[in-house]
Amino acid sequence: MELHDLPKPQDLMNIDLNKPPETGWMDTPTVFRNGTYSYPAAGKNLKILGLANPRQWSPADEDWKLPENWKEIILQGMKERLEKYRSFRLFMDICVRCGACADKCHFFIGSGDPKNMPVLRAELIRSVYRNDFTLLGKMLGRLGGGRELTIDVLKEWFYYFFQCTECRRCSVFCPYGIDTAEVTMIGRELLNLVGLNINWVIEPVANCYRTGNHLGIPPHGLVDMWQFMTDDIEDITGIKIDLPINKKGAEILFVTPSGDYFADPGTYTCMGYMMLFHELGLDYTWSTYASEGGNFGLFTSHEMIKRLNAKIYAEAKRLGVKWIIGGECGHMWRVIHQYMETMNGPADFLEEPVSPITGTKFENAKQSKMVHITEFTSDLIKNGKLKLDPSRNDKIIATYHDSCNTARAAGLLEEPRYVIRNIMNNFYEMPENTIREQTFCCGGGAGLGNDENIEMRMRGAFPRASALRHVVDKHAVNRLLCMCAIDRATLTALCHYWAPDVTVGGIHELLANALVMKGEKERTVDLRGEPLGDEEEDE
Amino acid sequence: MNALFSLVSALIAVAALVAVSWFGVGAIGLDSVFGVIIPYIALAIFIIGVVYRIVDWARVPVPFRIPTTCGQGKSLPWIKADNLDCPYNTWGVIGRMFLEVFLFRSLFRNSKAELREGPKAAYASAKWLWLFGILFHYSFLIIVLRHLRFFMEPIPSFVEAITSVDGFFQIMVPTVFISDLLFLGAVTLLFLRRVGLPQVRYISLPADYFALFLILGIGISGVLMRNFFKVDLLGVKSLAISLFTLHPAPPPGIHPIFYVHLFLVSVLIAYFPFSKLMHAGGVFLSPTRNLANVNRSERYVNPWNYPVKVHTYEEYENDYREKMKECGIPVDKE
Ligand code: SF4
Ligand code: SF4
Repeated sequence: MELHDLPKPQDLMNIDLNKPPETGWMDTPTVFRNGTYSYPAAGKNLKILGLANPRQWSPADEDWKLPENWKEIILQGMKERLEKYRSFRLFMDICVRCGACADKCHFFIGSGDPKNMPVLRAELIRSVYRNDFTLLGKMLGRLGGGRELTIDVLKEWFYYFFQCTECRRCSVFCPYGIDTAEVTMIGRELLNLVGLNINWVIEPVANCYRTGNHLGIPPHGLVDMWQFMTDDIEDITGIKIDLPINKKGAEILFVTPSGDYFADPGTYTCMGYMMLFHELGLDYTWSTYASEGGNFGLFTSHEMIKRLNAKIYAEAKRLGVKWIIGGECGHMWRVIHQYMETMNGPADFLEEPVSPITGTKFENAKQSKMVHITEFTSDLIKNGKLKLDPSRNDKIIATYHDSCNTARAAGLLEEPRYVIRNIMNNFYEMPENTIREQTFCCGGGAGLGNDENIEMRMRGAFPRASALRHVVDKHAVNRLLCMCAIDRATLTALCHYWAPDVTVGGIHELLANALVMKGEKERTVDLRGEPLGDEEEDE
Repeated sequence: MNALFSLVSALIAVAALVAVSWFGVGAIGLDSVFGVIIPYIALAIFIIGVVYRIVDWARVPVPFRIPTTCGQGKSLPWIKADNLDCPYNTWGVIGRMFLEVFLFRSLFRNSKAELREGPKAAYASAKWLWLFGILFHYSFLIIVLRHLRFFMEPIPSFVEAITSVDGFFQIMVPTVFISDLLFLGAVTLLFLRRVGLPQVRYISLPADYFALFLILGIGISGVLMRNFFKVDLLGVKSLAISLFTLHPAPPPGIHPIFYVHLFLVSVLIAYFPFSKLMHAGGVFLSPTRNLANVNRSERYVNPWNYPVKVHTYEEYENDYREKMKECGIPVDKE
């Protein structure tokens, strides 16, 4: 399915949040409607990773070709995880069904399907938990809110756990902090045990495992791609950049999501990093082995997070760097911030990060040794180390989309804003219920940003789009800034459908536009090759 | 789960409990069953059950530090960090938990999403749930504290103080307590909200209505016994003290409505450890709230961390060595 196959926005949103189906949720069957689910993982990718039950199948088929004892596997998997994750255990036990989270999920607001209310999404699995793991549930069955794990229940799990972007917005509003993202993560882990997964997650995982990045670009391919970018930079600025690649003994390793290597508008952000580091004369290196900051393991299983993430510290050790900088990405930062050091640390072979330009110690990263690019850059700006000409971005009227993970799993709210305010003159915030910790997902995170799922994506994108349209109407905003490689792809589709006059881009793209570099020629175009000022109109 | 089914089954269950105790005492005279044996058993289940549940949760590890950050984290010194919504030290965590437990901080954020022409989404402030929740929990607390007068001799002065403030508006005799009115009002509002809002009605289980009806039943029977049946409170107190001094002796002639009240309370506390009411204990253990956002500055250990299969650099170089050399990327093995 593609964007132009969708009905007009007003028709798409012809839904009612207050009209659940006549039938109770346990009795409402799951319908796999085209445009609302993702294609299953190809067997070859599962084989590369050694994951369960590689085969050809489709969610639309009656027979999902599951192992004989699938039920036993799932229940055993649940038992194990109930004993390993207090979060899962507690979240199964303490929900009071107050409904505070119900209308906080972008998929519910955009689809009106009550099973997209975070509480019901969790109840899909909680009902099985009650039935098989609690005393009252065992005694009372359905009266106790329990239900047996049947094949239909499993299919329902597949549909709705791959209709949650693990954005954690629900958890901000829950009085007990119940995080449905956590429930989804465990739900997906369980589904993986019997070979239920989607290709848009598993293919990047398999690629990343083998080649070091989601796109499966081999080292020589990367060199080509990076070369293209430095060529473009030379055209625009007259400055030739020699990229350090796999350079042993460099001071800093730089890791960023590979989505920014090959597709617009991510490439412009990537060029931005190159220009910034060159201008600083930073002693750093790119890596072809750790060429991926993103980690789709997060959308697969905790074990897979660790398997993919291991590359970053391993490469830092091999190259003998002192510390690491990470680029603009959302889910990558969930992993770097909340999982990496626990899973693959301690990284004693590294040193506490100190900016070689300003001497600032990054105390907040003293254990994990990995600094976020906007922390690094905002420190440079604060210390007056960059010569900036914000007027070069005057054509752009921007707003900023907080990525779910940098906002709700790291608390990185002010750093990007500080950078933005210093590199451009026209910046407006979206309404407060839709930014910072209350930010809305782009609708395509957690591996759901694929084409076949486009209807559900655009539904999930609706709350973000609505807030965006608000500032488009009010301030004529024409650029949606974000700090995430997934966003740069998914928000682009969002804008096509919901706000066609808005373009999407990263922060370091605009930074590099504004960056006055030593020995540069007079700039006439921005990183996109578009004229800087109003020359066009003058003609 | 069908909404009506949930509601009716819960109503029947609570009505049955009321009937059992009313006739048990009124018609068959089972005073000591309902006055002594059941309360003792219920209390034992409550204490053992709650301890068991908490210990059971506590022994499950928290493998990762996963706070939900709801404010600016601590990074550079000149960026103001929000220690309450995104704690960076133990004080911050204590503050966050205090706000959560005593003031229902997260519920206070509540809003209601609405769809408008355009299409547009709008978010109206919706603090009702917060307000009902606060009223309910605090009036419940005051009522429980007031009840201490039945178990203690002499009555502690703070109990006397609470009681006299609570009964300040002495418009009737016996006194009508403000907390009773707020309590019954709040439970009723919570109930009306549950049946009135389509989203909440749709997610409600029998257990949700059961807890509400049970609590409502306790409130109503309490008010009835005090203000309408004018139950012999001295008799009640002598029973309570006898229970607590482990010399149980139910005095004769206490009106059955009292035993209904006591029985519903017994059921509530016995049901507590097995139900969603355990959120009272669980909230303290919630890993998205009770951990500090210091992930990159302080080590956090997963007790069951295990080695996993990875694709090493060596394997990677073996796959691509020639190509790497061709395009000038340094390699480890020539
Ligand atoms: S807000 Fe929390 S307690 Fe309330 S329904 Fe949602 S998950 Fe359950
Ligand atoms: S984590 Fe996000 S997508 Fe998932 S249920 Fe919660 S609000 Fe919805």
